[in-house]
Amino acid sequence: MNIAVLSGKGGTGKTTVSLNLALALKWNYIDCDVEEPNGFLFLKPIIDKTEEVMVEYPLIDKNKCTSCGACVSSCQFNAFAKVNKEIILFEKLCHGCGACEIACKYDAINYKKRETGKIENGKIRDINCSRGILNIGEPMAVPVIRQLLKNLSSNSNLIDCPPGTSCNVVNALKYAQAAILVTEPSEFGLHDLKMAVELVKMYDIPFGIVVNKDDDKDNIVKKYCGKEEIKILGTIAYNKDTAIQYSKGKILYDDLHHKTIFDKISKEVRLWN
Amino acid sequence: MKIVISAAGKTSENLLDMRFGRCEYFQIHDTESGEVQILENKGQNSSGGAGIVASNQLIEEKVDVIITGNLGPNAFELIEKAEIKAYKCRSIAISLVLEKYNKGELVEIKMSGPANHAANQ
Repeated sequence: MNIAVLSGKGGTGKTTVSLNLALALKWNYIDCDVEEPNGFLFLKPIIDKTEEVMVEYPLIDKNKCTSCGACVSSCQFNAFAKVNKEIILFEKLCHGCGACEIACKYDAINYKKRETGKIENGKIRDINCSRGILNIGEPMAVPVIRQLLKNLSSNSNLIDCPPGTSCNVVNALKYAQAAILVTEPSEFGLHDLKMAVELVKMYDIPFGIVVNKDDDKDNIVKKYCGKEEIKILGTIAYNKDTAIQYSKGKILYDDLHHKTIFDKISKEVRLWN
Repeated sequence: MKIVISAAGKTSENLLDMRFGRCEYFQIHDTESGEVQILENKGQNSSGGAGIVASNQLIEEKVDVIITGNLGPNAFELIEKAEIKAYKCRSIAISLVLEKYNKGELVEIKMSGPANHAANQ
């Protein structure tokens, strides 16, 4: 089973919840937040395998190209432009769909491959850890996320998603059979949670909410969950000690007080399995 | 000469839109005939590469001068290659933008502003 951990708003504690739950459940930890994967800062796994992520892009044969512009109008992603008699390619915008190759009547377009990221696999404390890394300056994260998730082992995996509700999250959710939404009781936290809930509902999978930085009151997130009949899987109290341990890169699960919190959430999660 | 301004509306009372690729309208002012042409920016609703679409559109219109807030790296590359001059201006009424341009008060854009990608798949 794969469980996606997402949030809507960034910085609510997706990575904290994902990696501590992975330890509590002894599941694999998969960091899908490829633009800034930070789970390994805490887990510090020993990396035993690295692979490249390659994407395709078109190469124009200048000898065959007549600058007719058919490639420019065929591209849905605006990767081509025509200036005077010259065709200009913006390779980073290319999605590798192949439309330009078909549209070109002069056989002037061929596809080549280039690296846009990599995947790292490792182990720590008997759990497998994987993460995708998008190379700096690359705008498209989806090919890295896709390669990371399509090769997942059949064991149980916790997928640490990127923030937001963009294509990056949509692609990660495709591989999940359940979802945990991490949020905080702030206006922004609630606003973005609502978008995340709307997204998850489209997948028709079970999901629940973890309230981080909880004030122990009947706050706006809890009221929302009550009204929408969404299960709260657990709460993590807003306190300085948690923040201090986090800032030192410590694993909360190693601390007895925090262990209890994640063990409790893991019991709820196991009910889905 | 054709001068194009990225604009938030269709009249000379409307403000200049600081965004190039994502502005709503392009107002093309022909200095010889005095005619004004209003175009909807084709780049406005594209999922990615808005600056490229907008540049393509203006290159096809054979404009000579662009007045806008900023040009992103991709748009800048195309505009420079097409040898179109670009000038920077604040968000003020289009009539005032033209006045400033005629007085030679606008500064030429010699380098691109930051990329603002929202590339999706």
